[in-house]
Amino acid sequence: MSTQKEEETEGADAPVAATEAGADGDALEALVSEHVLEREDHLNAPGFVIRADAVQDVLSTFKEEAGFDHLSCVTAEEHEDRFESIYHLRKYDDPTQEVSVIVPTSREEPVSETAEPVFRTADWHEREAHDLVGVEYDDHPNLERILLPDTWQGHPLGLDYNQDKPQIVTFEENKNPLEDHERAAGDSDTMFLNIGPHHPATHGVLHVETVLDGEQVADVNPDIGYLHRCEEQMAQNGTYRHQIMPYPDRWDYGPGGIINEWAYARAAEDLADIEVPEYAQVLRTMGSELCRIACHMLALGTFCLDIYGDFTAIFMYAMRDREVVQKLLEDLTGQRMMFNYLRLGGVVWDVPEPREEFFENVRDFLDELPERLDEYHDLITGNEIFQARTIDTGVLDAETAKNYGVTGPVARGSGVDYDVRRDDPYGYYEELDWDVVTEDGGDNYSRLLVRMREVEQSARIIEQCIDLLEDWPEDERNIQANVPRTLKPEAGKETYKTVEGAKGELGIYIRADGTEKPGRFKIRSPCFSNLSALKEMSTGEYIPDLVATLGSLDVILGEVDR
Amino acid sequence: MSSDQPRDSITGSSDPLTSTRDARMGEGVDSRFNSRLREAFGSTPFILTKFDKFMNWVRGSSMFMLQFGIACCSIEMMHTYSVKHDLDRFHAGVPRASPRQADVMIVPGTIVSKFAPRMKRVYDQMPEPKFVVNMGNCSTSGGPFQEGYNVVKGAEEVIPVDIHIPGCPPRPEALVYGVAKLQERIANGETSPVTVKPYELEEFGDLDRDEIVDKLADDIDEETLVMRYNWADSP
Repeated sequence: MSTQKEEETEGADAPVAATEAGADGDALEALVSEHVLEREDHLNAPGFVIRADAVQDVLSTFKEEAGFDHLSCVTAEEHEDRFESIYHLRKYDDPTQEVSVIVPTSREEPVSETAEPVFRTADWHEREAHDLVGVEYDDHPNLERILLPDTWQGHPLGLDYNQDKPQIVTFEENKNPLEDHERAAGDSDTMFLNIGPHHPATHGVLHVETVLDGEQVADVNPDIGYLHRCEEQMAQNGTYRHQIMPYPDRWDYGPGGIINEWAYARAAEDLADIEVPEYAQVLRTMGSELCRIACHMLALGTFCLDIYGDFTAIFMYAMRDREVVQKLLEDLTGQRMMFNYLRLGGVVWDVPEPREEFFENVRDFLDELPERLDEYHDLITGNEIFQARTIDTGVLDAETAKNYGVTGPVARGSGVDYDVRRDDPYGYYEELDWDVVTEDGGDNYSRLLVRMREVEQSARIIEQCIDLLEDWPEDERNIQANVPRTLKPEAGKETYKTVEGAKGELGIYIRADGTEKPGRFKIRSPCFSNLSALKEMSTGEYIPDLVATLGSLDVILGEVDR
Repeated sequence: MSSDQPRDSITGSSDPLTSTRDARMGEGVDSRFNSRLREAFGSTPFILTKFDKFMNWVRGSSMFMLQFGIACCSIEMMHTYSVKHDLDRFHAGVPRASPRQADVMIVPGTIVSKFAPRMKRVYDQMPEPKFVVNMGNCSTSGGPFQEGYNVVKGAEEVIPVDIHIPGCPPRPEALVYGVAKLQERIANGETSPVTVKPYELEEFGDLDRDEIVDKLADDIDEETLVMRYNWADSP
């Protein structure tokens, strides 16, 4: 069902796209033909294998001439005979137009050219590839480890690494970062301020190294990796059918569980050619939107915690509403946070009996929601003090946002009209009546406003899903497709699929190697890209505004570090 | 009015208490026992013999928690602090941002190699006596991520732990139960096992010898690695 729709959309959109290129592989190949070694198409996009010294040429040609302005993800992987970096490009205007640029390098000398001058977002992605797989990037501005500590030996996702062997960081290794800071050397006007990794304003274990000039932020460098719990290794060691599905719940634990599971399900279903029954798609859509409301409520509560500074009314109200959502999700899935509700080809079970009671509970929640949102607007967005703190602080303009691969409410708050649910439709979203919310401010206030208005839209979607589920004929309630007990997609099949998570575009790249476990499983986390833009947003701002900006980005460190 | 004579207002207001006390004391007791402390503590004249117990009860009944979020469990921990579950009802609900003001650390999430030393630093900054509640499977044993190359197999490798709460994540009710159990233990004067397995020493020996490892091995001061947490010996 969903795959058919995608094809239709792509077919319908192709003439509208101004360039003849689109996702038309041959036309694209003609653009960069002098660099292309061979074609290696992925399931989702045409792929071009290029020389390691032509990365910037090819990417900038695609960016400038074919309009691929979104470097969604960089995947690095090690094969028996080579290292590969794959750049997944797509367009902000139409994410169904995709192209993969594959850069192989030899095992002896895994050096390829950096893409950082073309796409700023490649900075962090390449550092991660270097950290976990061991590819070197020539001319990269700062090719250091990003997730693992500096003292780490080896590259854990490489082929010859022993993943069972633990490594540790001694207490002494983590010396006080302020100890060596020579205040007088060179620039005596600045002060180094160390925020985190244990700090109430960082929403988890984020470490922000800040250089202050008076009260203004002169430089800021987010140091991540304090929650890198090897999600990609876990997925690569699990079987497609059942063992991977519990882990996505723990990426974005906001709880965006069902949305994350859907990201994996979408990629794996594409890989194994599974059609999902329509009834299951409606259930998935409803579950996802309930999760989105819970996530946005958490973002709202903790953002106001940062702004107002204590466990005050707004935080408590947001938690109260989240309790209701979590109760509904518990009724549906059996768990408050780690749902494990989706299966490849459908969902695990239908809505709980008695159905009427569940629908009534959801309706009650939806009926009360407008009143509660009005209350929030009175308390937050209508509050002058709050406006003074958030309007025109942490500004991110649309071009910078695109350059950093920013997606989700953060991008939509900067006026980038991009939502995977609408632009690359999956599930039942296409059949439903809802709007993509955008704001033009680009500041902290706009981002909060986008989230609050998205809650209304999610409520609209849930309402329509409830109507559909109620009227669905009893003998057509098919919750799972017929999926073989063991899935073994054929070797060499590769795909990259995304869904719209609560924080932005959540993508999964899977390469099948012919066994029942993925050969490479890569997670494109929206928070990771969003957080990398922090420097652009807060340099030159006051230090309290840095905290507000961090809050409005709504990073979940489990998803940043994976 | 001198301070060794009970005021009429107090005696009058606590009349039922006083009459009960008089009944228990029997006749002929000297009136010099009547004092303000007597008013407060009832008939037992020997409050000092029970002061330790009293302090333990106070400790258990007024716990300041460290506001310490690591991973998924911290979301459930926030729910436990706020409406509906409201940990404050159980004398344990004030999250303090600074470890120097906290008595109890709830460890809500997976500990990874980069974070373990930082967590120990935070723990060291808390004033004695301090208590640790492990929330969830990750901080108990590594949980679903136990096989991860970067995951420390439980917070107990780094710091001593009083209470383990299983679950992934535990429900807020489970956390409330765990905290109540901790209060019970504190009120009875029990503490956690004192010697901690130094995770550095145990796991360091397996690594390939190369320059960095050698250097790190030389840097380890084995004295500092043996962590003993003991109320009696602590400053």
